[in-house]
Amino acid sequence: MKMLTFAKRNFKEIIRDKLNILFGLGFPLIVLLLLSIIQSNIPVELFVIEKLAPGICVFGLSFIALFSGTLIARDRTSALMLRLFTSPMGADGFILGYLLPMIPFAIAQSAVCLGVALLLGLEFTANLFVVIAVLLPAALVFIAIGLLCGTVLNDKQVGGFCGALLTNVSAWLSGIWFDLELVGGAFEKIANALPFAPAVRAAQNAYAGNFSAIMSDLWIVIAYAVALTTIAVIIFTRKMKADQN
Amino acid sequence: MNAIEIKGLTKRYRDVTAVNDLNLCVEEGELFALLGVNGAGKTTTIKMLSCLLSPTSGTASVCGHDILEDAMSVKSVINVSPQETAVAPNLSVRENLELICGLYGFDKEKTRQKTDAIIGQFNLSSIVKKPAKTLSGGWQRRLSIAMALISEPKVLFLDEPTLGLDVLARRELWEVIRALKGKITIILTTHYLEEAESLCDRIAIMRSGQLAAVGTAQELMAQANAATFEDAFVALCTR
Repeated sequence: MKMLTFAKRNFKEIIRDKLNILFGLGFPLIVLLLLSIIQSNIPVELFVIEKLAPGICVFGLSFIALFSGTLIARDRTSALMLRLFTSPMGADGFILGYLLPMIPFAIAQSAVCLGVALLLGLEFTANLFVVIAVLLPAALVFIAIGLLCGTVLNDKQVGGFCGALLTNVSAWLSGIWFDLELVGGAFEKIANALPFAPAVRAAQNAYAGNFSAIMSDLWIVIAYAVALTTIAVIIFTRKMKADQN
Repeated sequence: MNAIEIKGLTKRYRDVTAVNDLNLCVEEGELFALLGVNGAGKTTTIKMLSCLLSPTSGTASVCGHDILEDAMSVKSVINVSPQETAVAPNLSVRENLELICGLYGFDKEKTRQKTDAIIGQFNLSSIVKKPAKTLSGGWQRRLSIAMALISEPKVLFLDEPTLGLDVLARRELWEVIRALKGKITIILTTHYLEEAESLCDRIAIMRSGQLAAVGTAQELMAQANAATFEDAFVALCTR
């Protein structure tokens, strides 16, 4: 109950911040529209909507790290946190309260992105629901990065790290804009070792109905999600205790 | 019965002792002021009593619960209005109040009743739907204190509650605090000496982390052989 109250508050804080909506929903949709227009004017298949839409969904999810990180960093330095820390809510309530509201936000974000893609020519199939499910571990990766950054950085640093660096790194290394095999070498190896490109491929395979091919990529994303969430929870709890000394 | 018992409470940072061997008792229902110049240790004391900071040594109990061994029980009987306004900026006034009710485990019906009551008590009805971030400093402070009271605390810590308020808003807040006298235990820190003198049953003066004097305003004036409370404060702080 206490945790849900806190989670509800965090959800409201995020969705009522216009910049969050603008960046989290607006920016990926603009990119989706622009690349679709480019595709319609070039003879080669570079940004086909079936491959592009799942990729843009992952790109959109990267903004969740920015939202959650900024909220946590702002809370940490505000007097409101003093008030919350004096309430009878434990560390688990704080952690879940920050993590849980991001999940419906991630689902809604992916659904809106795929909905716009439908208007741009993506065929509606039941696999779209599988895509949203397959994107959940990727969402957790970004939520955990947000929790981690919000715990150790201030809100300006979170803006720089999650808003500029993470969104760019995750986009360039995801294989959304270009085929990673075309670059090859160390770039391709790094991209495949990080969770972003596997998340995009898993979502693309989910939409294509290649279900047997999903898990080979998805397990990498799940491993990152579990590891990053564990690290974020440990550091958040330690920081809470350290602040008391 | 004592609401707060402080025994040898000490907080040391690397080379600074913020609170040094503080021993103090506050009775149930008492309105008690902690005074002192900046850095005297008032806020650190409040933070330790509200389980935000761990003491280096010593301990304290709040309503019989030890701050070291039973922090959750302490937290369930206290509330704090911090020095800075502590509101959720994007939530409305009502939502801010409901947030606190939820954090203290109130059910839906009790939340509604308590929220309606506190909105009436603090004259917040005209701004109830406004986001907290759009309120003036005075209204935000009023909301912040309403949030501290809505959880029905047995002990309320008010850390410089009227800081930055204009004279009228300060007087209004004084009336709210006066109305609580005897009902709950209030620990008030302030730099406005007339506030402590006018409102509080007893006053403790802290100096360099230690208790310099404690008593009623009249007792402190007699102790310092001073004609005014301000003179007594200066004398006791610089002795």
